[in-house]
Amino acid sequence: MLGEAEPQWLTEEVKTGTTIIAIEFNGGVVLGSDSRVSAGQSVVNRVMNKLSPLHDKIYCALSGSAADAQTIAEMVNYQLDVHSMEIGEDPQVRSAATLVKNISYKYKEELSAHLIVAGWDRREGGQVFATLKGLLTRQPFAVGGSGSSYVYGFVDAEYRKGMTKKDCQQFVVNTLSLAMNRDGSSGGVAYLVTIDEHGTEEDVILGNDLPTFFDQ
Amino acid sequence: MEKHYTDSQVKGVSTGTTILAAIFDGGVVIGSDSRASMGGEYVSSKTINKVVQVHDQIFCCMAGSLADAQAVTKAAKFHLSFHSVQMEHPPLVIAAASVLKELCYKNKEELQAGFITAGWDKKKGPQVYVVSLGGMLISQPVTIGGSGSTYIYGYVDAKYKPNMTREECMQFATNALALAMGRDNVSGGVAHLVVITGKGVEHVVVPGDKLPRFHDE
Repeated sequence: MLGEAEPQWLTEEVKTGTTIIAIEFNGGVVLGSDSRVSAGQSVVNRVMNKLSPLHDKIYCALSGSAADAQTIAEMVNYQLDVHSMEIGEDPQVRSAATLVKNISYKYKEELSAHLIVAGWDRREGGQVFATLKGLLTRQPFAVGGSGSSYVYGFVDAEYRKGMTKKDCQQFVVNTLSLAMNRDGSSGGVAYLVTIDEHGTEEDVILGNDLPTFFDQ
Repeated sequence: MEKHYTDSQVKGVSTGTTILAAIFDGGVVIGSDSRASMGGEYVSSKTINKVVQVHDQIFCCMAGSLADAQAVTKAAKFHLSFHSVQMEHPPLVIAAASVLKELCYKNKEELQAGFITAGWDKKKGPQVYVVSLGGMLISQPVTIGGSGSTYIYGYVDAKYKPNMTREECMQFATNALALAMGRDNVSGGVAHLVVITGKGVEHVVVPGDKLPRFHDE
């Protein structure tokens, strides 16, 4: 064929154009993400887990440039290990979020990744922190990634304080499903991580098990 | 918070906006916000009505460049009234949508306006048509448009049900507009809603303080 272009995955930056979400419920947090990694218009990984552990009960959700996000997560994982040995107990979620924020802020010109940090600690229970562009703010819920724009309205309307664990998990799955349907850079399967005082559960919901809506 | 497409590339006054239309059991609701802005920095009107009547039971909502949208709807109104005189009965909703589509498609280089047309006619009952920026025409049971619509795709997908009652549909439309106005800085003001059924047309204006509030407000 004439003038066939080189495949995009050879030249385009790998991004996790994505949908990530973290929500606080009564006693813990639920994090969710899609699983698509794209390089331009090609999907280079359709099953990537974007929920990365920073500590036993603290996870982060990755979005933006895949390399930048993974590197930040690894660095903070190491720093948190050292910190928790120094203090002799499990770290606070706020400490993990502060470490992420410090890196995001210091290198804000060079990096283009947004991490949402969420987890459970003994002092404050379930917490969600957004660290976009180097700010640090605690929120009842946070959404991020390219798919998040499409579900702001849904999340604003449906979020309630003090949901049960099951309701919260269903809410996260519904939100991910809606975003994956509308955003070309989000898709694949839905990964869920639920953290509360009893422990951490990881879950996968495959494509055909995701909720469907009136036009599907 | 990630970058997404907005109408701020439009020169002059733009209806950075949220518009929507939805079919319910027996009729259709069409609605919009009321803010007109210049470049996303200055609100040039807080109370503009973006729902325009093109015939007795056919309305359309405009998005994009306000000047272009007004010019096109004026031309469409004229064509439709002439058409209905010739045919000796009220125009079909699809006729109104097609007139807008022809104008948008033939002048696609110069124009930057998109429309949602909603109405009721005797042949097919309530209908909603979308004419997009380049002149594509499709029919949908529910549709949203404008810069604020990005934020409510998830809400509309989740909450729209076919064959809702009139009250349910009004609540759905008001909620959707309120959510979009809450997140989009170029949509705001009051919510204009028009309900069209076989029996007639009703205008409802929901002022800012009567809009539904959500958990963080």
